[in-house]
Amino acid sequence: MSETPTELRYASSHEWARLEDGVVVVGISDFAQESLGDVVYVELPEVGQELQAGAEAGVIESVKAAADIYSPVSGKVIAANEILNAAPERVNQDPYGDGWFFKAAPTDAAELDELLDADAYREHCESEEAERD
Amino acid sequence: MPFIPHTPDDVRAMLAAIGATSIDELFDEIEPALKSADFSAIDDAVEEMTMLAEMAARAHRDETGPCFAGAGCYDHHIPAAVWDIAGRGEFLTAYTPYQAEASQGTLQTVYEYQSMMAALTGMEVSNASVYDGGSALGEAVLMAVRANRKSALRRDVSTHRVAVAGACHPLYLRAAANIVRNQGIELTQTGFGTDGRADLDALAAPEPPVAVVVQQPNFFGLIEPVDEVARWARANHALLIAVVNPTALALLAPPGEWGEDGADIVCGDGQPLGIPMASGGPSFGFICTRRRHVRQLPGRIVGRTVDRDGRTGYTLTLQAREQHIRRGKATSNICTNQGLLVTAATIYLALMGAAGLRRAATRCHARTRDMVCALTAIDSVRERFDGPFFHERVIDVGQPADAVAATVAATGIVGGVSLGRFFPELANCLLVCATEKRTDAEIAAFREALAGALGR
Amino acid sequence: MSRNETIFDIGAPGRRAAAQQQPDGDVANLPADCLRQTPPALAEVSELQAVRHYTNLSARNFAIDRQFYPLGSCTMKYNPRGAHRAASLPGFLNRHPLAPDALSQGFLSCLHDLQETLKTVTGMAAVSLTPMAGAQGEFAGVAMIRACHDAGGDGERREIIVPTAAHGTNPATATMCGCTVREVAVGADGDVEMENLKAAVGQHTAGIMLTNPSTCGVFERRILEIAAVVHDAGGLLYYDGANLNAILGKVRPGDMGFDVLHLNLHKTFATPHGGGGPGAGPVAVNERLLPFLPTPFVEREQDSAGGWRYRFLDADKRPESIGRLSAFMGNAGILLRALAYARMLGRDGLRRVGEYATLNANYLMARLRDAGFELAYPERRASHEFIVTFRHEAKTLGVTAMDFAKRLLDYGFHAPTTYFPLLVAECFLIEPTETETKEELDAFVDALVCIREEAQRDPERVRSAPHSLPVSRLDEVKAARELDLAYHATARRGR
Repeated sequence: MSETPTELRYASSHEWARLEDGVVVVGISDFAQESLGDVVYVELPEVGQELQAGAEAGVIESVKAAADIYSPVSGKVIAANEILNAAPERVNQDPYGDGWFFKAAPTDAAELDELLDADAYREHCESEEAERD
Repeated sequence: MPFIPHTPDDVRAMLAAIGATSIDELFDEIEPALKSADFSAIDDAVEEMTMLAEMAARAHRDETGPCFAGAGCYDHHIPAAVWDIAGRGEFLTAYTPYQAEASQGTLQTVYEYQSMMAALTGMEVSNASVYDGGSALGEAVLMAVRANRKSALRRDVSTHRVAVAGACHPLYLRAAANIVRNQGIELTQTGFGTDGRADLDALAAPEPPVAVVVQQPNFFGLIEPVDEVARWARANHALLIAVVNPTALALLAPPGEWGEDGADIVCGDGQPLGIPMASGGPSFGFICTRRRHVRQLPGRIVGRTVDRDGRTGYTLTLQAREQHIRRGKATSNICTNQGLLVTAATIYLALMGAAGLRRAATRCHARTRDMVCALTAIDSVRERFDGPFFHERVIDVGQPADAVAATVAATGIVGGVSLGRFFPELANCLLVCATEKRTDAEIAAFREALAGALGR
Repeated sequence: MSRNETIFDIGAPGRRAAAQQQPDGDVANLPADCLRQTPPALAEVSELQAVRHYTNLSARNFAIDRQFYPLGSCTMKYNPRGAHRAASLPGFLNRHPLAPDALSQGFLSCLHDLQETLKTVTGMAAVSLTPMAGAQGEFAGVAMIRACHDAGGDGERREIIVPTAAHGTNPATATMCGCTVREVAVGADGDVEMENLKAAVGQHTAGIMLTNPSTCGVFERRILEIAAVVHDAGGLLYYDGANLNAILGKVRPGDMGFDVLHLNLHKTFATPHGGGGPGAGPVAVNERLLPFLPTPFVEREQDSAGGWRYRFLDADKRPESIGRLSAFMGNAGILLRALAYARMLGRDGLRRVGEYATLNANYLMARLRDAGFELAYPERRASHEFIVTFRHEAKTLGVTAMDFAKRLLDYGFHAPTTYFPLLVAECFLIEPTETETKEELDAFVDALVCIREEAQRDPERVRSAPHSLPVSRLDEVKAARELDLAYHATARRGR
C-alpha cells in the first residue's frame, strides 16, 4: 500500500501540497508515482509563471505513460526542482521529499482547504484502483 | 481463391468449431439492410500473369528518355546492392518494431540511419523519418513553434508567424502551409531578390517571426547566404529551420555549422539517398535537431540500451510524446515512418560513405555545369540568375516555357520543370538538373531537342 | 551475428565500397566559405561488409514472410509478390513526379482505376489517393470536415467526438486540425453508449470519428442510429478505415451513413508494411465534401478519337480544396501495389476478404474460448479480430499479457497487439487475417495453451521470456533516461 502522509493535502488528480512558511510545495503522490512506474522525464513550470488552481503546470512521463501535473493552487511559481531534470527517478524514490516539483507563492492559501485530506485521498485512490480491476 | 488458403473441408471444420452453419451467419449482428455492398462495377479477377502484362503495358507507355528534371526528385544511380538487401522479405514484410526483441534488425538499422543523418546534417539527433520533404517541413514548423513558444510569449511576439527566407520549394511550402494552417500558423514568404536569393531585409516585417525557414541549395539550385540567415535568426530570437538536399551535404557546410550557432531543425527529403523517383513516392522525410529540442521532435525515435543480460539492444524510445500514449496532446498524429525507404537509405549511405557521396555530389555539380554550357550555347537561352549553384539551374528560354517543355517532351526527354506554374514572373524559365547519370550524349540530345523546340 | 556490431564498428579509415568508384568532379565554382570542412562521420566499409551486415540484420526481424503475425488492427496479411513486381516495373520506378501528363498516361490511368475501385468498395462519391498514411488520411478527413463547416458559415463547430476505445491517432488528429476532443463512453458490450453520445452532440459538434468494427473487435450495431444523432446535430461522420478488412465486400461505409473516410492500403489492400512504413491512406467522400478533397487527384476525359486522356487536377482547379499534403502526389508505389492486388482478387475475391477474415477470427476465438481463455466480449461475434484478457492469469499466476506476448516470440509467433484498447485490462487484440491456414491458427492456440501450462509450472520461465531471440527484454527506462540516439565516433572501438 502506498504512503499518504497525513500532514499533506491532495488533489484528486494526485498532486500533493504542503504549506511551508506561506509557500506551497507541490509534488505527486506515492500512489501516482507507483501507477506511472519509472519516471523518465519531468517538465517543470518556469519560475515566475502564473498558476491557476486546477490548470496544467507541467508534465511527467514514464516509459509507457504520460500525465499532466495540475497546480493545486493559484499563484506564482517561485522555485522549480531542477534536480528532476537530470534525475527524474527522484520522483519514484522520494515523492514527498526530494521528488517535489515546484514551490508557489499562493494567491489565496485558503484554496488548500478545498483539497482532500489524507483519509479522503486514500479512499479516492482505492476507488480508482477498484475501477481499474 | 487468390491468397485465401481454405479448402472446403477447412471451412466445414471451422464453422463446426464456431457453432455456425455458414460464413454469412458470422455477420448476423449486422442489420440486413446494410449488407448490400454492390461491387458490380469491379471487374473479374485476372491471374498474376495477365495482371503483370497489363501493368507492364502501362508502365511501358511512361518510359522516357533521359531526365533533366529535379525540383526535389533526382535521377541518381542506385547501387544494385541497395534494393537487393532492402527488398528482402524480412525488411519488407515486417511491421513497426513494437516487439523490440523480434525487431532488432529494423531497430538497429534505424539507429544507424539516425546516426548517419545526424552526422550529415551536423545535428545531434534524428527521428526515424516522416512521410516526405513537404510534410517534414510542416512538422518542422509545428515543432519550432512548440519549442519557441515560451520564449516568444515572454518577448510578446506572436507565436503564429514563421517566415520563409528566399526561394524554398513551392510544393513543400504548400504542403507545409496546409498542414499547419488549422493551428493558426502562418507561413510568410518574403520572396527572393533579383539575384534569386534570400532578401534578409524582408524577414522582420511586420514583426519578428517565431522561426525562419531557409533552403540550401534553394529551389533554384543557388547557394544561399546561410551564415547570414543563421545570424539574423539568432539575433531575432527566431529558431532556424534548414531545408536541405542530403547529397549536397557531402559538399556544403552542414546546417549545424551555419553562422555561429547553427540551425535548430534540419529537414528535407531523403529521395536522393538510394530511392527511385517513382512519381515522387514513397520516399521519406527526415527531421534532425538539437538535443535540447528532442522532446518536441515528432515521430518515432530509436534508442540504444541494454537487455536484462547486459547485451546491447535497440528499442523505440520517448514514446510518451506519441499519439498512442498522449492522444490529443501528442506532438503529432504521425504513426508510420517510411521504414523501408530508411532501410534503403541506410544501406546506400553505408555503401557510399562520405567519400562516395562527395563524389556523387561533385559529379552532379560538374554535369550540371556542362549541361548549362551546352544549353546556353543556344541563341536566346540564358541563365536567369547568376551566382554559384549546386546541381540545378534556372534557364530563361525567351518564350513561354510550358510549351517549350511540352515540345521537348515529345522527343521523350524530360527537359526540366517549367516554372510559370509556381512563379508567374518566371514563365519563360525552366529549372534543369543533370545528375551523375547524365552522359555527354544525353546532354547533346537535350540541347538539340531544346534548340528544335525554340526553332533554332 | 553474435558480435552485435554497428556498421560504424566494422569499418576502417580509407576503406571503400565499389559504389564510390565514380570519377570526381571539381568544385572550383563554389565559394570556399559554403563548403564543408570536415567530412560527415559515415561508415567506411567494403561492399561485401555492407551487404553481409544488413543481410544479417534482416535475420533479426520477425516478418509476415517468416512468421504468423496476428497484430490486432494492423491486418498483417500476405503481401503478394506479384503486386510488388508490378510496382517495380522500370516505367513506374523511373517516372519523375513532375513529368508532363503526356508522358504519364500509363501511371495516371492506374491511379484513376484505383480511385474508381475504392469508390466502389467504400460506396462513396469520390476518392483522393494522396494521403501517405492512415494518420494523414485522418488529417485530411478532419480538415475537410472543418472546411465544410467553415464554408457553410458554421465556424463554431470545432468539437470532434471520439469513443474512449478509439486509436490514439483520432484525438491527435483532431488536435492537429485545431479542434477539441470530446470522448464518449463505450459500454460493456463494446458498443458506443447512446445516451452518452446524445448528451455530447450539439452546436459545437464538428463530427465524430468512428472505427467500425471498433477497436474492441465488434461491429457497432447501432451505427445507423449514431449517424442519425450526429447528423441531426449538424455534425459529420468520419470512418476510420483501420478495420475495413472485416467488412470488405459485406458492408460499405457509405451505406452506414459516413460522410468521409480513409482506407489503410497497407492493411486492407495487402501492401507491405516495410518495418513501419510506407503506407497509404486514401480518402473517400460523399457529394457534400467533394469540393474539399485534397489534391492532386486524377480526372479523365475522352478525346476526339474516343480514347481516354488522364490528367492531374490540382488546387488551381479546386479552389475549396484543403490542398496538397505532400510535395508530389503521395506514396505512388503503394498505390500501384494496391491496384495490382485488387486486380488479382477481382470482384469476387474482394468480396471474400471480409468473409474469410471473419471466419478465421471467429474460429480462433472459439478455439481459445474452448481452451479456457477469457474473452473480453464473450457474447459477441468477432469481427476480423477479437480480445482475450489475461487478467485472471495476471492475478493468480503473476504472469501478465506482456509475459505471454514475449513467450509467444520463443514459439515462433509474433505477439498480437497488447494492452490495446486501453479499456480492457491485460489484453491481446488478435487479428489472424484471411491469408492464414487453419493449421497455423491451431498451432497458435497450442502455443498459448503450452505457455499457460508453463506459467502454472514455472512462471519465471514465462516472465523472463523471450529466451531464444538475439536479445532478451530491453531496459526501456535506461533507453529513455540516458538517451543514446546516435552513434558517436568518440565511442568507437569501445567494444
